[in-house]
Amino acid sequence: MKKIIHKLFMAWDFEEEEKWINEMAAKGLELTDMSLGRYVFEEGEQGAYQYRVELLEYLPNHPQSEQYIRFMEETGIEHVASMNRWVYFRKKADEGSFELYSDTDSKITHLKRINVILFVALVGQLWCSILNLCFGISNKFWFNVGAGCFTLVLGIFILVGMIRIMKKIGKLKKQRDIYG
Amino acid sequence: MEAMALTEAVFYILLSLDSPLHGYGIMQNTEKLSNGRVHLAAGTLYGALNTLLEKGWIKALPGAVSSRKKEYQLTQNGRNAVIAEIERLGELLENGKAIAGGWKNEEDNS
Repeated sequence: MKKIIHKLFMAWDFEEEEKWINEMAAKGLELTDMSLGRYVFEEGEQGAYQYRVELLEYLPNHPQSEQYIRFMEETGIEHVASMNRWVYFRKKADEGSFELYSDTDSKITHLKRINVILFVALVGQLWCSILNLCFGISNKFWFNVGAGCFTLVLGIFILVGMIRIMKKIGKLKKQRDIYG
Repeated sequence: MEAMALTEAVFYILLSLDSPLHGYGIMQNTEKLSNGRVHLAAGTLYGALNTLLEKGWIKALPGAVSSRKKEYQLTQNGRNAVIAEIERLGELLENGKAIAGGWKNEEDNS
């Protein structure tokens, strides 16, 4: 039986998302498809799969990504769904623990990739905000002032997310200083 | 260039490729060699293989018709890197034993 759940995770909360999907899998609800904010689960055996979420460097249909996904499949990992550059992988739990990265550098590279996207979004938001505020204030167009304030708040929201990712990167770098 | 330390993952990947292996084979072999201590995650292995190909330490073998899986093998440069690393590790081990070797007895006596 299919079960559809609507839920939205921010890019910097991808680990929370992963945790939630794995909690569902532990209950016997296996993710089989996803699109923005919409998760499709199918009933299965409890805890049969472990899931991982990753942001690829390129879109999934790019040759480099296709090569990567094929490599993953060769090691017993299943490509379940993609949304934009985000991909959802799973592996049978009885084949051992499933991690995408076993070294610190790869984890750092992945987090930095997420922050690049957030940075682009942040610049976009701030640019919109400044244009709206300048135009709105000088012409007394209160709608633009409102829109400017709204995008400014969104920008700050993204900035907070970026800082959280940066903190994670900092923690990993400290670990790398000792353990390589 | 001064020799740099290899990561544990790279060291075991290189050792595994003494004979031709595909990705999953490298993961299994690494686990076997290290008695289950070192797990290579697929994403990490993929990145490492590409870097090693670029450096010319390993080469991709022309695919066999029967199998889609790409196989890799160590090159002479790769062998040299392993030899240099073993020398470096030997030095660490020697110095470590020379200084810390007696620590355990000291602890027992105190």
